[in-house]
Amino acid sequence: MTRFSAWNVIKNGFNGQKGWSRQWRDPEPKASYDIVIVGGGLHGLATAYYLAKNFNLKNIAVVEKGWIGGGNAGRNTTIIRSNYMLKGNREFYEASLTLWENLSHELNYNVMFSQRAHIGIYHTANALDAAARRYNIMRQTGSDGEIWSRDTIKKKIPHLNFADDARFPIHGALVQKRAGTARHDAVAWGYARAADMLGVDIIQQCEVTSIKRSAQKISSLHTSRGEITAKKVAFAVAGNTSRLWQMAELGNLPIESHKLQAFVTEPIKPLLDHVVVFGVAGAHFYISQSDKGGMVFGGDIDWYKSYAQKGNLPIVQDVAECALSLMPCLGRVKLLRHWSGVVDMSMDGSFFMCKTPLDNLYLNAGWNYGGFKASPASGWYFADLIANDRPDKVIQNHDLDRFRRGVHIDERGAGSDPKLHG
Amino acid sequence: MIQISCPFCGKRDHSEFSYGGDGQINYPSLDASQETWHDAVFLRENIYGRQIETWQHLYGCRSWLLVERDTRTHEIFSVKLAHADWQKMMEENR
Repeated sequence: MTRFSAWNVIKNGFNGQKGWSRQWRDPEPKASYDIVIVGGGLHGLATAYYLAKNFNLKNIAVVEKGWIGGGNAGRNTTIIRSNYMLKGNREFYEASLTLWENLSHELNYNVMFSQRAHIGIYHTANALDAAARRYNIMRQTGSDGEIWSRDTIKKKIPHLNFADDARFPIHGALVQKRAGTARHDAVAWGYARAADMLGVDIIQQCEVTSIKRSAQKISSLHTSRGEITAKKVAFAVAGNTSRLWQMAELGNLPIESHKLQAFVTEPIKPLLDHVVVFGVAGAHFYISQSDKGGMVFGGDIDWYKSYAQKGNLPIVQDVAECALSLMPCLGRVKLLRHWSGVVDMSMDGSFFMCKTPLDNLYLNAGWNYGGFKASPASGWYFADLIANDRPDKVIQNHDLDRFRRGVHIDERGAGSDPKLHG
Repeated sequence: MIQISCPFCGKRDHSEFSYGGDGQINYPSLDASQETWHDAVFLRENIYGRQIETWQHLYGCRSWLLVERDTRTHEIFSVKLAHADWQKMMEENR
């Protein structure tokens, strides 16, 4: 594997770019591994990387039914932030943001992490109170957060709708400056390449079709590329968690599969330097501009349960309305593409990372509409869980039994209806 | 666009309807064990394929409906009134 460095870029500039090797191997699956991670998304790949890096473990495989970067890894709006408030989530997402800050160096791969600030616009005095509480908690736990007045926003982002008759009048904003965006494909490729360098087998086009188990253990996975036995098995297949769970005859989960759409417009000249977000009175919207110039945005989930990776038109209309209410200048910009990913919506809007009823099975699931930003910490803590066979203190309440104990990690306070956490 | 054939109003775009949730959850009796209630409230079969679910024709006749839909394709197979007696009346008067 050729490492990326200024020297290698210059050298290959002189020899016709012939000095580069492929980014990761394409190995045949072996008959057995110490650890098999099912799901080659960002979380699965990050987990494999940190298992190899932090715990020096060998003989690890990631099996992916499609191709890496083809699932939700490539179906998000790439927003990274840590403005979570509740214990467990707070520390977890802060750890994730901290990992993002050094990720390109860590992986020797430019993930184009851009700390362009996350601007959460508020429209009422109540929203300011609620958000000030959240941002104060963030500041007191080692993160950053500040409140901008209407005048400051007007200066920083002049083309938002500041009109007196705006549908959502802008009062001010809550800002996390360390937040931002990254290039989602680069994150998948960077983790894959770095994991591969440490000996992890990344096996694409390898779908788990059935699971053989005894009373207390998974003994082997039947895949479309043969049978694979594993000492430890880890699921990181958000969107399809229930299907694998039921394949292992483990019953029902506190999860529903829903779909979330995202949109990108034709490329335009630089217009928006930040991530701008608002959520009020049933409307929910987030927008940023990619390095190619496309406006990348999204809104709520489609509301009804679905495993189809295709979105429906009412949400297109909703999101377009939000876009125009916030940035009327986008009115003539053409939508280029929209896509949809299947997400695990959980009963309290928070994720699961825990041991399971089976001794050698570990679960990483329930990322709702926000798994992208979590990827580095998800890999970090999941690897720790698998290697040490116990959850870290930070994720100890992110288990499947938390509802039984009455410990809901419900940032939105929406109750046990998964579609309300979108 | 998903279209739902409302028994009263005919075929309409799903933007006229509001999604309820699983139509097959049977909530236990009030004195059932905590474990039984936990399972009913928090656990979902999360069906990959055909399922019965509730929708309300919010911007139409406001009836609650039981819709049989495929979660893989969004294809709809049947629509009935959620109120069993009304559904029976509709079938008898057809």
